[in-house]
Amino acid sequence: MGKIQLTKVRKSFGEVDVIPGIDLTIENGEFVVFVGPSGCGKSTLLRLIAGLEDTTSGVIDIDGKDATNLPPAKRGLAMVFQSYALYPHMTVRKNIGFPLKMAGMDPAEQDKRVERAAKVLNLSNYLDRRPGQLSGGQRQRVAIGRAIVREPAAFLFDEPLSNLDAALRVGMRQEISELHQSLKTTMIYVTHDQVEAMTMADKIVVLNAGHIEQVGAPLELYNFPRNLFVAGFIGSPKMNLIEGAEAAKHNAHTIGIRPEHITVGDGPWEGVVGLSEHLGSDSFLKVAVEGLGTMTVRAPGEVHARHGDRIRLAPAGKIHRFDTNGLAI
Amino acid sequence: MARALSPRRLLITTVAAWTVALIIFFPVLWMILTSFKTEASAVAMPPEFLSADWTLENYTEVWSRSDYPRFFWNSVVISVGSTLLGLLIAIPAAWAMAFVPGKKTKDLLMWMLSTKMMPAVAVMIPLYLLFQQLGLIDTKIGLVIALMLMNLPIIIWMLYTYFKEIPGEILEASRMDGATLWGEIIYVLTPMALPGIASTMLLNIILAWNEAFWTIVLTTTKAAPLSAFIASFSAPQGLFYAKLSAASAMAILPILILGWFSQKQLVRGLTFGAVK
Repeated sequence: MGKIQLTKVRKSFGEVDVIPGIDLTIENGEFVVFVGPSGCGKSTLLRLIAGLEDTTSGVIDIDGKDATNLPPAKRGLAMVFQSYALYPHMTVRKNIGFPLKMAGMDPAEQDKRVERAAKVLNLSNYLDRRPGQLSGGQRQRVAIGRAIVREPAAFLFDEPLSNLDAALRVGMRQEISELHQSLKTTMIYVTHDQVEAMTMADKIVVLNAGHIEQVGAPLELYNFPRNLFVAGFIGSPKMNLIEGAEAAKHNAHTIGIRPEHITVGDGPWEGVVGLSEHLGSDSFLKVAVEGLGTMTVRAPGEVHARHGDRIRLAPAGKIHRFDTNGLAI
Repeated sequence: MARALSPRRLLITTVAAWTVALIIFFPVLWMILTSFKTEASAVAMPPEFLSADWTLENYTEVWSRSDYPRFFWNSVVISVGSTLLGLLIAIPAAWAMAFVPGKKTKDLLMWMLSTKMMPAVAVMIPLYLLFQQLGLIDTKIGLVIALMLMNLPIIIWMLYTYFKEIPGEILEASRMDGATLWGEIIYVLTPMALPGIASTMLLNIILAWNEAFWTIVLTTTKAAPLSAFIASFSAPQGLFYAKLSAASAMAILPILILGWFSQKQLVRGLTFGAVK
């Protein structure tokens, strides 16, 4: 079990309301990602759930029980920190076994569980090493091992991959997703990287200034952003947002077109290529379109356009419409 | 990039360092030399350096006239005891100040340190009377408590500095892992701060070993440590410099040896946190 329910959860640091009041339900077994820009309150929200911060008001239920005032260890949750937070003076075996030792588990059973977790995470050969003798990826796996060995109701991940290099990040991302598939335990994952959010989540919670902007499945958020903030935040490269006469043609204050929904060739918009990036599989063009501003275009394959070339563009997909308040029409 | 020292600069720095070191060490050297002189040579004017009559007589006489092992044992009990008791109180205190600081934590730290700036003689009478009423005069436990209190601000300050260097996330991780407050301090904080705790311990043993004011004021015979043993040689019969020097040399030798072997740890501990 691992259902977590937040009711009117508020957190203030002195005069500052970091989280003005949040209602959220996380179902058992879900992989939920909290995403948002720096300072949006996503890590604070995770720490409130973990019990590492006290709520100013509101209720946190874990598996139907009020856990608002429970200490971290009594909530049945395990957390993986950004800095791994391993105990540097203990071996990998002792690091992974530490929660079991604290729970007063029989040493033989402790060993069995540590060995099992190490096997799942490919750490069996490193059990007698110290964290300082491991690579970044291995350290992160030890941190995950320390979390899974407790068989918690839910896992909390606080930007766990941000200290890893790009290649390792992709690998670890897959490993965490596979772990979720095999354990089927609730996971709450905090990141500012929307690619991580899109690829891993069952449900994404987009946060901005302590408010939830939208909750939904990755493609739901991608295809049906509720407002301009979500439209601009989800998707890489960002959605092109156009105001003025062009938007008025679609009876909207602002329209949004994703870079992959614009084709190069014939079309109503003419512009000059500023920057062109060729990745082989895709080409990204920054085009200064007269009257509309700079637009990003993602064209499949190779597009032979260089800096200064004049090209024509056409919308070729969904056009998102927003009203004066920035809400989707 | 490290700045390369020119040979001339290196020479000047080396000479300056040795000069300062010799000036600091000279009184100790003079004391050791005097301890091997006869009483007549010790007070000769002009001072005799190489022409003195060398003798071991001062040491044999000091040894035979006093119960050195008892003073030594008292010094060990008082310095180690006061340090261990101090650590027992200072570790939780420094933990609280480093990891759950309040608005007044900095003020509290400064206040604690300010007590070290107060002349000891200012609290001599009240403390003496208090000890007298509690029956702690001339007891080892009394001196352990007194010296622990004298050095507690330094122990807390040093530990606070070390603890500040430990990432808070590691302690939070231990809380998530089910560690109680004591579990967190015993299994995580203390082992991680062990180098710092060791150097704090060494420095405080040295400070307590060398403490003379309180040991002389609060003891007579039974609990007197080596600092009182030295004082006992500036006796009513007059000053016997050679014997006094021999007694001093015997008193400082153990702590000098400890300091020599632990100097690396001490320097590392004292400069910990100064540069990252």
